Amino acid sequence: MKLVKVYVTLKKSVLDAQGEAIKSAINTMGYDKVSDVHMGKYFELSFPDDYAELEKDVDTICDDLLANPNIETYRYEIAEAE
Amino acid sequence: MKFAVINFPGSNCDMDLFYAIKDGINENVQLVDYREKSLAGFDAVMVPGGFSYGDYLRSGAIAVHAPIVKEIIRFAAEGKIVFGVCNGFQILTELNLLPGALIRNEKSRFVCDITDLTVINNQIAFTNQYQKDETIRIPVAHGEGRYYCDEKTLKEITDNNQIIFKYNDNINGSVDQIAGVTNKKGNVLGMMPHPERAIEDILGSADGLKLFQSIINEQVRVNN
Repeated sequence: MKLVKVYVTLKKSVLDAQGEAIKSAINTMGYDKVSDVHMGKYFELSFPDDYAELEKDVDTICDDLLANPNIETYRYEIAEAE
Repeated sequence: MKFAVINFPGSNCDMDLFYAIKDGINENVQLVDYREKSLAGFDAVMVPGGFSYGDYLRSGAIAVHAPIVKEIIRFAAEGKIVFGVCNGFQILTELNLLPGALIRNEKSRFVCDITDLTVINNQIAFTNQYQKDETIRIPVAHGEGRYYCDEKTLKEITDNNQIIFKYNDNINGSVDQIAGVTNKKGNVLGMMPHPERAIEDILGSADGLKLFQSIINEQVRVNN
């Protein structure tokens, strides 16, 4: 099995309100040198080993569903599932 | 006119829209389940507020793949009236029928209030009964209503007069205080505030009624 790990984050130009709130909590915990927190989403998609055009289909799934290209970017890694 | 109000799992303002049309402007209205595949016989489609699919993934992102959505896209392409309120607005931007996106409010806080909006463009099917620059009082209730678009898109929608409503006070941090936008043709409107909750004085405002009357007025104009 192939395991595709997809990471979706907001574009740098879009304010990450949740990241900001989390950063403020981390600072309050005493870690006041933490200067930036970005929150994103993580997905794991499993495919059979012989899946044809894996990257092409993962790109389409990301573009059409997992990420909104107006506000988000994504990247993914393809690993062997254990 | 015959209006369809789409009902997704998690829609919760569908009945508000239903009554705004039925009792506000006395027109024919029917709830349509998201699993239906046809909107044949309808003249306009309304996408209600709520939390379709629990706002999983992103607000509106899952609803985009429901069977009825192909018909919403067809209506938009044919120049028929398509109106999205709140979660409906989020769905229409996810569909790219409208520019931009709705993201979490600037202060990460759910806003539930009645707000003043300015009518920026009163020349479309949804606003012809308002005055330009008129201030109207309309309720808002959302956590992810902050309108976002990049600078290029902002210039485009400004130049094309696609910005229809703006907040007088920027309650959620929206780009250019935008509360509602239309497509290039002006037949698709999305807005975060709820005009369907402002159709009689006893509700605190009747300023939303003219939006629905505008649609009827436009239909009469087109038919003549």
